[in-house]
Parts: sequence; structure tokens; C-alpha cells
Amino acid sequence: MSGDGEAVVAAVERVAERLEAERDHLTQLDSAIGDADHGGNMARGWAKAAETARDLDDPDPETVAKTVGKTLMAEVGGASGPLFGGSLVFAGAELEGGITPETAVAFAETYLEKVEDRGDARVGDHTMVDALTPAVHTFKKSIETDERPPLEALAKATDAAERGVAFTVPIRARKGRASYLGWRSVGHQDPGATSTLFILQELLRTVADRLDEPVPDVDATSPTIPDEDAGADGADAAPEGEE
Amino acid sequence: MKKLINDPDDVVDEMLDGMLAAYPDRLRRLPDTQVMVREDAPVDGKVSLVTGGGSGHEPTHAGYIGDGMLDGAAAGGVFSSPTADEFEALIDACDGGDGVLAIIKNYEGDVMNFETAIELAEMEGVEVESVVVDDDVAVEDSLYTSGRRGVCGTILVHKAAGAKAAEGADLSEVKRVAEKVIDNVGTMGMALTSCVTPEKGEPTFDLGDDEIELGIGIHGEPGTERTETMPADAVTDELTETVLDDLDVEAGEEVLTIVNGMGGTPEMELFVVNRRLQELLGEHEIETHDAWVGDYMTSLDMEGLSITVCVLDDELKGLFDAPADTPGLSVQ
Repeated sequence: MSGDGEAVVAAVERVAERLEAERDHLTQLDSAIGDADHGGNMARGWAKAAETARDLDDPDPETVAKTVGKTLMAEVGGASGPLFGGSLVFAGAELEGGITPETAVAFAETYLEKVEDRGDARVGDHTMVDALTPAVHTFKKSIETDERPPLEALAKATDAAERGVAFTVPIRARKGRASYLGWRSVGHQDPGATSTLFILQELLRTVADRLDEPVPDVDATSPTIPDEDAGADGADAAPEGEE
Repeated sequence: MKKLINDPDDVVDEMLDGMLAAYPDRLRRLPDTQVMVREDAPVDGKVSLVTGGGSGHEPTHAGYIGDGMLDGAAAGGVFSSPTADEFEALIDACDGGDGVLAIIKNYEGDVMNFETAIELAEMEGVEVESVVVDDDVAVEDSLYTSGRRGVCGTILVHKAAGAKAAEGADLSEVKRVAEKVIDNVGTMGMALTSCVTPEKGEPTFDLGDDEIELGIGIHGEPGTERTETMPADAVTDELTETVLDDLDVEAGEEVLTIVNGMGGTPEMELFVVNRRLQELLGEHEIETHDAWVGDYMTSLDMEGLSITVCVLDDELKGLFDAPADTPGLSVQ
């Protein structure tokens, strides 16, 4: 169990490094439609979270998730503190029994639910929910219905999030500061969806490293198991879905 | 810009310490936070009222801590929300066992941080309810916005709910009263100048010598309409009619009014506006139960004001007349 806790700490450190590297990129995205503080706030918050997580003595995954969540709540500020941090505190409780495919799905679902509730946002509002929803749905289906290995499920989830980020570009913002821009928000990539993708990419790399496997090359939109009555498309994809 | 500050980074911290030094027998600051509570918090035997938000709106928020109003308030940076952990510390410190009512102004940061804190406090067994104040009639409330902002009408929510809590009412009753005020209050503001934040050191928006901005919020954000300067009476008519229309006030009804200064407007001008406000209400055959004039919810050094109207029934009249003793508002 403590091994899993260490892995979560390692993931948090990777996320912190990545967000520091993407600081200017995120700030640039936020300047176009927000108040230009997302890059700095996320980099600062996750750096502090990594520091706090490192100081934990032989932690379990639940403790790491909750500690990181609380640190983000205190350090990130604005709406991102409760969205990224608060949701992590509540979702972290799902990891009480350690990390298994089942608890990982419960974690992902709770995280999405908390972000949706707190931000009062749904898919199509031009927010982090647009990246998170396809990721969580794809992860759940890959694990529960398709019974795929966790690494592949996470790779598909990350690929799905990337499509979600792209989806924010041509739509109008209905939540968050960008919503004040009305139609002028169309044509801009959402910063919160983008940082969500970065976090997932680093989670994926951490899990792949830990299993000592390459990051799988996947396509979230291709079915892993064909429907029985599916047409030619389903049949074409069948080989990929088999072990 | 000349300002009486030392370092922009220290301004909130130093303000809170200065406030504490002015009211040592009334206020207490929680260690390592920007949270201010009643000196004797938590008070047993009554529902506790808490609020909070960005700084720069003084005497809002901590100025309304005291008998008959708030039990505590969290201060964020200038114009930015306190974090959820500060709100959580506030709720914990004020909970006397009879429940806590959180009064939140409708800004995404405030709402999300407060709601996260409430959920965490509930996990610890604290009974918390919340209300969101959105009295700014200038902002369109639609599916495509985050809704109306919470502005000066919030003071009336503190006052009425605080008086109800002081009577010993339970949490659901205190919340009902808070919601009654929210349903019956409207505010609209205007600015002659923008404000200067300590961080930026220059006005947040530019207004020409012959321009005013209508429908401003309390964070130096631009308003809904920019027009040529108008005499005080014309400004008063414009703001008041918009509020009365929105609230659908009818002849014969009783109201409480606030002419609220934005921080940089002389009291002389506020009284000039109040004169016309009361005259106009008289023309509409609306009766004023009480008229408050002063700086209640400011926007740093902005020159301008807001007009708040709250439609009253017998219960609200009694609660607004009940005693309150705080640094920012005293009713005997």
C-alpha cells in the first residue's frame, strides 16, 4: 500500500514540473479570455503541493490525495482552488482501500461530480469539465465494460481529454470568467481544460513508468470490443479489442 | 498615484492589525489567517453568522462583526476571494453548536471557496446553511452569465438575519429571513472615477472628465453603460427608477433605502442624492421606513455611489429596527 502512496507522490511531482514548464503557455491562454493568472496559480499551487506531499511519512494514497487537495485549496486561490483542490479532497476519500481499478473509477467519478457541482458546469460550457467528462467516461467504460488493463484505460482517458480540450476552441463559454466575453470567447482554448489534460498526461506517464511499460498508443474513439450487431466499422476494429 | 500604504503585499495584513488595534475588546484575529471573529466567539445559544470576500470594501466585511450582526468574516486579498481553508477556519471558530449561516455574495470565487469550506465543515459535523446575495440589478441574470453580483444589499442581509439570530431563532428561521431580504432588495451603482488597487497603482478603467459609468460593480470592473455627466438629481432618478422597476415596488409599500458611498465620495454629495431619492419615492407614494446614508460597502477610493432599496413587511421592519452594535453599523 505504501508503494502506491509513493507513486501518487511521484505523480504529483511530475504534475508540478509539467505545470511549471507550461506556466507561460497557460497564462497566455488565460490572458485571451480570463485574468491571466491560471499559469502562475497552478504552477505555484502544485509546487507547494509536491513539497507538502514529499514531507509525508510513508503515506497511503488517500492521505496524499487529501493533503495535495488541501494544499491546492489554500495555495491556488480563486475558483481553481476549490475546483482542482477541493474536488481532490473529496475524491481522495474513494482511495481509502488503496488503488485498484475499482477505486480508481470511483475516484474519477467523484472528482468529476465535485467539479460539475462546484462549478455548476456541464459539457459544452467551455470549462475543465469538457476535458474531464470524456476522460472519466472513457476510463470507466474501458475498465468496467471492456475490462482493459488500467494503463490502457488511462491512456484512452487521456486521449479523450485531448479531444475535449480541442472541443473547447469552437464553442462559446457559458461558465467561468470567459463567459463574460460572450461570443468573443469562441475560438479560444480553455485554460482549465488544458491544465486538466496536462495533469492526466503526467498521471499516465507515472503509471507507465511504474509498470515499466511504454505509454500505449490508443484512440479513445475506436471501440475495444465490437457490438454484436455492429456493422463493418465494429468488425474492422475487432482485432484491436482482443487480447 | 499617492497612497498611504507601505507595501502592496502587506496592505490587507496591516489593515486587519490596525482594525484589531482599534477594537481590541470586540474583535479577535485567528492566528496565521486573515479571519476576524467576535472577541467572544463562539457564542453559545444562537445561530452564528459568517461572511467574507475580497478586501477593499471596508467597512465590509469585518466592520459588521458584533452584537446583532456577524460573528466572523474572512478577508481575501484586495478584490479576491478568501481561500476555502480560511472560510473553513472561520466556520469552525464561530460554530457555537446551534448552526452557522454563511452569507455569500454572488461571485464565482467566493461561492466556490465558501461551498467547499461548508462541505468540509459538514463532514466534521458542523450544521451549516448558506445564502447567496445577488442584489445588483444592473447585471442581466441569464443562462449565459454567472448571474447578478452581490453588492450593498448584503449589509441588510447581515442586519436582518443577525437580529433574527439574536432573538434565538433556529438556523432555518434565520435562513428564511436572510432569503426574504434577498428576494426584496435591489441595488444599482455608478462611478465618477475608477478605483486604484494597491497592486496596480493606477485606475482600473479610464473615465473622461465629462463621463460617468452606470451599473458598476464593487471591484473597479466597468459598468453596463457609459454616459455624459449628469446632475445629482438625474443620476438619482436613473438609478432609483431602475431599482424600483426591477423590484416592482407599488404605491403604498414601505421601504428601507441606502445611499452608499463607494469610498471617495464626500458625505455632502451622498446627502444631496438622498434628498432627491426621498423626494422621488414620495412622488411614487412609496413610504420610507428608514434611510441610511454613508459608506457601507466601498470600492477602495472610487468616487461614486449606489442606491439600495429593500421592500419591507412588519417582520423585516422589526428586524431592521432591532439593536446592533458593530464598528460599521450601530442601531440603538
